[in-house]
Amino acid sequence: MDLYRTHVLICSGTNCTALQSPQIIETMEKQLKRHGLSNEVKIVQTGCFGLCDDGPIMVVYPEGVMYYHVQPDDVAEIVTEHLLKGRFVKRLMTIQTSATGGKNYSAESSKFFAKQLRIALRNCGNINPESIDEYIGNDGYFGLAKIFREKMKPEDVIEEIKMSGLRGRGGGGFPTGLKWEFAARQQSEQKYVCCNADEGDPGAFMDRSVLEGDPHSVIEAMIIAGYAIGADQGYVYVRAEYPIAIERLKIAIEQAKQYGLLGNDILGSGFAFDIGIRLGAGAFVCGEETALMRSIEGKRGNPTPRPPFPAVKGLFDKPTILNNVETYANIPAIMLKGADWFSSYGTSRSKGTKVFALGGKINNVGLIEIPMGTTVREVVYDIGGGIPDNKAFKAVQTGGPSGGCIPASMLDTPIDYDNLIEAGSMMGSGGMIVMDEDTCMVDIAKFFLEFTVEESCGKCAPCRIGTRRMLEILEKITEGNGILKDIDDLERLAVAIREGSLCGLGQTAPNPVLSTLKRFREEYVEHVVDKKCRCGVCKGLTQYEIISDLCKMCGLCAKRCPTNCISGVLGKEPFVIDKSQCIKCGACMQACKFKAVVKR
Amino acid sequence: MATTTRLTHDEKINKLNKVIDKYRGQGRKVLMQLLQEAQAVYGYLPLEVQRMVADALDLSVAEVYGVITFYSFFSLNPKGDNQISVCMGTACYVKGAQAVLDKVISELGIQVGECTQDGRFSIHACRCVGACGLAPVMMINENVYGRLTPDQIPEILAKYKEA
Ligand SMILES: Cc1cc2nc3c(=O)[nH]c(=O)nc-3n(C[C@H](O)[C@H](O)[C@H](O)COP(=O)(O)O)c2cc1C
Ligand code: SF4
Ligand code: SF4
Ligand code: SF4
Ligand code: FES
Repeated sequence: MDLYRTHVLICSGTNCTALQSPQIIETMEKQLKRHGLSNEVKIVQTGCFGLCDDGPIMVVYPEGVMYYHVQPDDVAEIVTEHLLKGRFVKRLMTIQTSATGGKNYSAESSKFFAKQLRIALRNCGNINPESIDEYIGNDGYFGLAKIFREKMKPEDVIEEIKMSGLRGRGGGGFPTGLKWEFAARQQSEQKYVCCNADEGDPGAFMDRSVLEGDPHSVIEAMIIAGYAIGADQGYVYVRAEYPIAIERLKIAIEQAKQYGLLGNDILGSGFAFDIGIRLGAGAFVCGEETALMRSIEGKRGNPTPRPPFPAVKGLFDKPTILNNVETYANIPAIMLKGADWFSSYGTSRSKGTKVFALGGKINNVGLIEIPMGTTVREVVYDIGGGIPDNKAFKAVQTGGPSGGCIPASMLDTPIDYDNLIEAGSMMGSGGMIVMDEDTCMVDIAKFFLEFTVEESCGKCAPCRIGTRRMLEILEKITEGNGILKDIDDLERLAVAIREGSLCGLGQTAPNPVLSTLKRFREEYVEHVVDKKCRCGVCKGLTQYEIISDLCKMCGLCAKRCPTNCISGVLGKEPFVIDKSQCIKCGACMQACKFKAVVKR
Repeated sequence: MATTTRLTHDEKINKLNKVIDKYRGQGRKVLMQLLQEAQAVYGYLPLEVQRMVADALDLSVAEVYGVITFYSFFSLNPKGDNQISVCMGTACYVKGAQAVLDKVISELGIQVGECTQDGRFSIHACRCVGACGLAPVMMINENVYGRLTPDQIPEILAKYKEA
C-alpha cells in the first residue's frame, strides 16, 4: 500500500453532495495532478462529519485542519497554500453565518465536538465508506474476529450485549440482548436477522448517515447477530429514497463477500451468513416491525397483532430479530471493547450514546452523538450553538410524529429514555427539531397529525377515523373557527385512539397534540378565544398590513402581489392592502425592504 | 438542464419485459423488487404493466394493485419530465417549506401529485431528504436546491422550462 504524507477528507454525505462536494473532489484531483502531488496526497471521500450547516466540509490530516463552506473555486488556494506551502487557509477555517454573526472561528466547531462522544458514528467522516480496507484499518471486523478467535459461544455473545445495557435505538428502547436471547432460544432450522433502515421520522437522517458513512459496521453487527441467534440470512430494509446509502451498502456487501466475511465458513469458523437488501417504498408504517416483515414478504405493509412476537414467528413465519441501524452500529464496538467500557457511559438505565439529527431553528444544524445524560440545554446551546437571529427558544421536538415537545422550563432534563418519557416526549429514533418563538405549536401539532393521517394504514378504525377527526378539529382551530369544546374533544379522542389502536403508529399518533396541549395550552386558547396566532403562522388568523408611517411608497409590494390588491401612489401616498382580496401569500412582506409590511 | 431522456414506448416495453423475465415464476416474495424495477424503466405502473407483473408472478391483478396503492413510492400515473419534490420534513417545515410549496403550486398551476398538461412538470411532497442543513429544501430530478425562499422559485423553474 502506498504511503501518503497528507490525507484530504471530503464529506460526501447527502447534504454536502447537494452542496457540490463531487465537484470539489474533481477539482482537487485535477489540482493534485497538476502540482504532481497525486502520490503524496490522498483524497478520501467520507460520510457525514455532522456539521451539515457549514458544508461542504474538508479536513486535512495530519494537521486536522477543518475547512468550512468550501467551494470548487477555493480548491486551488488550498492546494497551493496548505498542501504545498503548509500555510493554512484561515479564511475557510472561520464559520460565517448570516447577518447575526452568531458563530465565529473554529472555536465554534471545537465546542460542537467537545460535548460529543462518537461510538455509533466512530467512523463517519473518518474513513472512506467504499473501502473495506479503511474499515478494517480502524479495527473493523475485529469484534467479529474476536468472537471466533476466543471461541465465544452464541450465549457468550448475547451475555456481552446484555451486560452492555444496549437498548434499541429505533425508538422503543427494548434491551437488545434480551431480544436476541428470545430468538436464540427458538428451535428452528431457519432464522432471520433484519435491519430497520426505513427511517420514517420525517425530519431525521441518522440511519442514512450511518449507512452512507460506515456501512460495514452494520454488516459486521448483523453477522454477529446471526451467529448469536443461529441465523444464516440477513435483510436490510432500506428506503428507496436513499440512493447513496443503498449504493454504499451494496458495495460494502460485495467487498465483505470477497474478503470471506459473508458467505460460507466465515473466517474459517464454519459459520455461514449472507445479507440481502430490500427496498422500502415510502410507507411510514413499514418501520413498524411486523409491517416491515410483511413488506419484505411482498405484501401490503399492514401490521399484525403481537404476540406472536417476531422472535418466535417473524419473517416468513420464522424466528426473526429486527434492530435499528444505529443499534447495530454500536455492536462491533461493544464486542471489541467490552460491555464494561460501553456501560461506563450514560445514565443508570440508558447506557452509551444516542445519535440525533439536530435541525430546525438552530445555528449548527447537523448530526450529533452525545452520551446519554447530556442535557437538552447542552445540546441546544453548546453543541447547537443556540438559536439564530437572537430569537427566543420555545421547544425541542423529539420522537417525530410519535413524540412531543420539551419546553424551555425543562431545558435541564438529562436526555435518556426514561427522562424524555417523563418530560412528555420520547427518545424516538433521533430527530431533534428546535423551535423558536416564531413556531406555532398548534400548527406543529397539525403538521404531525397530517402526517399520521396520511400514513395510517387504515386497518383499525380508531387510528384511521380518529386521527382524521383530530386533524379536522385542528384545521378548524387554525382557520379561526374553533370553540373551547374542541380542545376537550381533542383530548377525548386522543385517549380513545391511544387505547384502541393495534400498532405503535396509532397508539402514539395523539402524542404531538397531547404534549403541545399540556405545555402550550395558552396558544390553543388564543387561537380559539382571541382568534389570534401569536406567531403569524396560521393563515386563517393572520392579516397582512402596511404600516403607513414606515412605508416609503416605492410600490415594490404592489408589483409582487399576485392578486393586485395593494394600491397607493408612487412617491406620494402610502400603499394599502385590500384585505378582502388578500390571499396571504406573504409576497409583499418579503418584497418590502423597509419592514413596512407586518403580519398580525 | 438535464431532463430524463424520453424512450419510445416500444423501448420501454422491451426493457420492462427483460425486468419481468428476470423475476418470472418466483412468486410474491419478489413482487416489491419487481415493481420497483418496473417503475424505474417504465416510469409508472398502469394497469397494462400490473397485468404483466401479475401474470409473471402468478398473482391476481387485484393483489398487485393492492400492493402498489399501499406504497406511496409507486405511481399509477405518469410523472412529469421534471419531478419537483418539495421536502416537507419537520426541519424544512419549521423553516418555511409550506410557503415554498405554495409558490411552486401557484407557479405551475397544479396540485401536489399532479402533472402539468404538457407533461413537463409534476409536484411531489417528500419527507426529509437528508439535507436538513439546507432547509428548506427542494429537489428537481437529481438536483438539490437549499435555503430556499419563495421568490427564488420562478427563476429556478425557468431553467427547466427552457430546456
Ligand atoms: C409506526 C412505527 C414506525 C417505526 N419506524 C421505525 C423506523 O423508521 N426505524 C426504526 O429503526 N424503527 C422504527 N420503529 C420501531 C420498530 O418497530 C422496531 O421497534 C425497531 O426497529 C426495533 O429495533 P431496535 O430495538 O434496535 O430499536 C417504528 C415503529 C412504529 C410503530
Ligand atoms: S394503528 Fe393505524 S397504522 Fe397501526 S395497524 Fe391500526 S390503522 Fe394501521
Ligand atoms: S414595498 Fe414597503 S415601502 Fe414599498 S410601497 Fe410597499 S410597503 Fe411601502
Ligand atoms: S399577502 Fe400576498 S395577496 Fe396579500 S397583499 Fe401581500 S402580496 Fe398581496
Ligand atoms: S427535513 Fe427537509 S431535508 Fe430534512
